[in-house]
Amino acid sequence: MNGKERLIDVRAVVAVIGKDAVGILAKVATKCAEYNANVIEVSQSVLEDIFAMTMLVDISRLNTEFSALVDDLSAMGRSMGLEIHTMHEDIFNVMHEI
Amino acid sequence: MIKTYDILETIRMIQNECLDIRTITMGISLLDCIDADIDRACDKVYKKITTKAKDLVRVGEEIEKELGIPIINKRLSVTPIAIVSAACGCSPVPFAKAMDKAAKDVNVNLIGGYSALVQKGFSAGDLELIKSIPEALSVTERVCSSVNVGSTKTGINLDACKLMGSIIKQSAEMTVDKACFGAAKLVVFCNAVEDNPFMAGAFHGVGEPDCMINVGVSGPGVVRAALAKYPDADITQISDIIKKTSFKITRVGQLVGTMASKRLGVPFGIVDLSLAPTPAVGDSVAHILEEIGLEQCGTHGTTATLALLNDAVKKGGVMACSSIGGLSGAFIPVSEDAGMIDAARSGVLSIEKLEAMTAVCSVGLDMIVVPGDTTADTLAAIIADEAAIGMVNSKTTAVRVIPAIGKQVGEELDWGGLFGCGPVMPLKKASASKFINRGGQIPAPLHSLKN
Repeated sequence: MNGKERLIDVRAVVAVIGKDAVGILAKVATKCAEYNANVIEVSQSVLEDIFAMTMLVDISRLNTEFSALVDDLSAMGRSMGLEIHTMHEDIFNVMHEI
Repeated sequence: MIKTYDILETIRMIQNECLDIRTITMGISLLDCIDADIDRACDKVYKKITTKAKDLVRVGEEIEKELGIPIINKRLSVTPIAIVSAACGCSPVPFAKAMDKAAKDVNVNLIGGYSALVQKGFSAGDLELIKSIPEALSVTERVCSSVNVGSTKTGINLDACKLMGSIIKQSAEMTVDKACFGAAKLVVFCNAVEDNPFMAGAFHGVGEPDCMINVGVSGPGVVRAALAKYPDADITQISDIIKKTSFKITRVGQLVGTMASKRLGVPFGIVDLSLAPTPAVGDSVAHILEEIGLEQCGTHGTTATLALLNDAVKKGGVMACSSIGGLSGAFIPVSEDAGMIDAARSGVLSIEKLEAMTAVCSVGLDMIVVPGDTTADTLAAIIADEAAIGMVNSKTTAVRVIPAIGKQVGEELDWGGLFGCGPVMPLKKASASKFINRGGQIPAPLHSLKN
C-alpha cells in the first residue's frame, strides 16, 4: 500500500457533467487560473448519454484554500446548468488501481 | 490520467448510490483517568476526551471536502467505564454525564463505552455500572452503552442475561417520552470486539493503544447498483461483482483513515468492512438481497443470499486495506434499513428469520422493536439465544431490541434520522422464565467434534 506517497500528491480532478455547450472548457480553465491551479490534462467524451469533461489540475500552488476552489467551481457549474465536482485525485486512484 | 469512466463511476457512486464513509471513530483509553475520587476522575475523563478529540470533527470535514465524499459521523469510543469507575465504588452516572458533555463540546454525535465486560462474572464496578445504565441513558443524549455477556472461550453468563433483560426494559421505560430511545443506545454482546467503530456497541478495548482512529465504511446502494447491471449473472458472478465493489468501497475507507490518522497524529487502527445501511432510499442491505433474487427480504433464501453477501464483502475488502477489524460484515438493523422496514411491516421478515440471518452475518438482532409488555425474562431469553449463536459459531453477535412501552404489534416507533423507524414485531408468548432464573454460567462449547 503506497498510501503515504499518495498523500503528498497535490493534484485534483475537475469533472464537468451535463449538456454540451460552447465555452465550458474556457470558463472552467479561467476559473482554475484565477486560483492559480494549473491545468495538466483535459479529456472530453460522451458517456452513457452525458457529456463529460475531466480535467487534471495541479493544486500545489493554489493562492487560497482548496475548498474555496471546490465551492466556486460547483457554484459556477450550477449557474451554467452543469454539475462540476472537484475532488482530490487520490480517491480515484485508490478506487480504480490495485 | 485516470480514465473518464472511472471518474464518472466514483462520482455516480457518491451522488446517486449513497457511497459514504459511515464513521470515523476515535478510540481513547481512559485508563490513566482512574481515581478513587469520582469528581476528580470525571474531570480527567472530560479533559482527556476533549484534548484528544478536539480536532476530530474539523479534520473529518476537511477530508470530506477534499475527497468529495461524505463522512456521515465522527464519533468517539472509550475504555469500558466499569473498569474506570471501579475504584470509585459508587454509581458511575457522573461518568456518563462527563462523556456526554465532552461529546457535545467536541461536536461528535455519539460516544460509546459506557460498558461492562461480564462474560465470566461480575467484578468490582460491573454491577454498579449495569444497574446505572437506564439512568445514564435517560439523562444523557449522546452516550451509548454496551455489555458483553458471553464469549466462545468463557460461555454465557446467564445471570448477566437476566439482568440485561430488565435493564433493557427499564431503559425503554425511562425514555418513553423519547420513543423509548434509551434502549436503542444499548447493545448486549457475545464476543464483543475491542476496535468496533460502529455505535451503539463501540468501546475502546484495554488491549488497544492510548488513542486510535478506526473507520467504518458503507455502501449497500453501490453494491445493489453494481448487481443491477448484471440481471442474468449466475451466483458465482454475483459474488465476484460484490467483491470488486467492496474492494473499491474499502479502499476509500483506507484512504480516509490514513489521511485522518496522519492529520490527527494518531495511529490508524482498522477499517470495519461492514455494509451499514441507512433508512434513506437506495441505501438498504435488504434491497441487495432482493436484487439477488428474493421477492422480499425475510423469505426463504434470505439466509443463503446474506451468507454470500457477507462473505463476498469481506473477501473484496480484505485486499483493499492494511488492517481489518471491528464487526466486518453486512449489518441488518431493522429500523435503519428501508427494505427491512418494509419486510417487517408486511410480515415477511420475522424475528425468527432475523435470528437465523445473524448466524451468517454481523452482527445480531439489531434495532428491532418488540411489544411494550414483553417481560424482562423474555428479553433475557432473546439475549441468551443470540449469545448462544455467537458463542457456538465463534462470532460476534448482539442484541439491540427496543420494547415499545405502551405499544402493541401493528404500531410503530419512529426516531427519525439514521435510527429510522420500526414496526413492533411479534414475539412468542410462552415463558422462558424458569430457564432464565436458573442463573449460573452456560459452559463454553467444545471446539472439536463439530457437526
